[in-house]
Amino acid sequence: MRLGILIAACLLIAVAGLLFLSSHAEIPPISQPAASAFDAALVARGAELAAIGNCAVCHTRQGGEIFAGARAVPTPFGAIYSTNITPDSRTGIGRWSEAAFQRAMHEGVNRAGEQLYPAFPYDHFTQVTDDDDRALYAYLMTREPIQAPAARNKIWFPLKFRPLIAAWKALYFKTGPYRADISQSSEWNRGAYLAKGLGHCGACHTARNVLGAERTNQSYAGARVEGWDAYALNHSAPAPVPWTSQSLQKYFETGWHVQHGVARGPMAGVTADLAAASKADIHALAVFIGSQINSTRVVATNFSEKQPGLGAEIYAASCSSCHDGTRALPFGGIDLKLSTAVNAPSPRNLINVTLLGLSTAEGRAGAIMPGFDGAISDVQLAALLEDLRAGYSDKAPWRELPEEIQAARRAIKNGNEGL
Amino acid sequence: MSIRLNVNGHEHQVTADPQTPLLYVLRNDLGLNAAKFGCGLGQCGSCTVVIDGEAVFSCVTPIMLLQGRRITTVEGLGSIESPGPLQRSFIELQAAQCGYCIAGMMMRAYALLEKNASPTDADIRRSLEPNLCRCGTHMRILAAVKRAAELRQVSAFR
Repeated sequence: MRLGILIAACLLIAVAGLLFLSSHAEIPPISQPAASAFDAALVARGAELAAIGNCAVCHTRQGGEIFAGARAVPTPFGAIYSTNITPDSRTGIGRWSEAAFQRAMHEGVNRAGEQLYPAFPYDHFTQVTDDDDRALYAYLMTREPIQAPAARNKIWFPLKFRPLIAAWKALYFKTGPYRADISQSSEWNRGAYLAKGLGHCGACHTARNVLGAERTNQSYAGARVEGWDAYALNHSAPAPVPWTSQSLQKYFETGWHVQHGVARGPMAGVTADLAAASKADIHALAVFIGSQINSTRVVATNFSEKQPGLGAEIYAASCSSCHDGTRALPFGGIDLKLSTAVNAPSPRNLINVTLLGLSTAEGRAGAIMPGFDGAISDVQLAALLEDLRAGYSDKAPWRELPEEIQAARRAIKNGNEGL
Repeated sequence: MSIRLNVNGHEHQVTADPQTPLLYVLRNDLGLNAAKFGCGLGQCGSCTVVIDGEAVFSCVTPIMLLQGRRITTVEGLGSIESPGPLQRSFIELQAAQCGYCIAGMMMRAYALLEKNASPTDADIRRSLEPNLCRCGTHMRILAAVKRAAELRQVSAFR
């Protein structure tokens, strides 16, 4: 009996503590400002910054209006749906003041004072400067308002109690601006600010712990996201020809590079967006990421002789006409000795690309590759991938091929391909 | 090499190099000329056929992958005397202009309708996305697929 009372009291105190931690005042609604109230240059700057932040990738569902939200962001705890960030006064952010927008970016709290799930990467956005937030706000508030109510999150029931997010924040969330490294150039610092803040590269390229927070000691060491491998962006980056800031810049601007191939999976939408960012910011981003990769690895030349067999025959019949062809990238296929997917620690991206092919970002020109999902069996695919790994990389064979093929096929069937 | 292919419910014994694309065997060996050669690189969709319920580019699919698989082409959707729902809807809505892409469009639509009996307009657009039409019949093609879904449901209730 006494123990019961004690436990009840503890729970009560914990809940009260959470409620206290999580309590934020509502920021009063404003009457929706006219688009003409914003400075055109500020709006244009905001557009360039929104491209760095890839807002559109998460805040637009497939086939939906841009920024109107309702895209499922898969997490280990269930699907969290992105919100409508068009300036619609009822279902969007039309009645949010700049202060409310800034608080969401810096603290992860919405205008009404409710906690936001960290699927919205405020753990990065907290570093965005007030000036950049002002430009982003001006850009978003001058978009077409779209009436689109929020979709209901499909998450593990207890997590629907948002004050719990305050506990997560107490453990993992550090607010505050980007701190410059004075030993580095201003360009490097600009790039680091963009990558760590608005660009939130770590949201995909850094692995997360069981509670969904980025493992800060494994920064940029690579992670699996939406059924794709987001490769390491440090010295263990698996590209056969090491990335440099020059090649990264070209890749960010165009979505492909002649020595690396084409962006695919969730990264395809990222590079499609980056095309609209400012040249100076893209250059800075490339300088910073290049410095993180900073690989001195020698390009492999010791490829083994190609072995005849089922895999080699499939390659000759289905792959060779593009991948050994004379058309230049991005419309011809890459020489697979240059393919990161063939050289990566896990076969997942190579499986995904073979099954799904490559499509272009909606409404844009780009490389396409046919998918072979309907044509190729698991056994045939495994034979093909073994042949590619043996003939086009100097790495050891993949051990988990059949399991990875089955897992990839399951994910594709469930619509989790993340394309 | 000799390989058994199941096309439109019929077994065929085909003698050809195992790397031969299915499209060549369909047209040259079996006389099934619905599927068309367009780009030969799996980029345009005019060669689309259905294999075990999935739309596939037959121009980049070698026959060695297909032993024991079920292949369906437009010839398998019905006959001149008794056209199937997709054939009837494409005729009814006159959805072929130059016609070169149509066999591929119909097969991709067939794969969609087998999985989703009443697709939305957005579903149809998304599903036909890999197939190109260069003469501008897109709107009629979309309407014909929608109509085929209705015709299939009517015949299902009979």
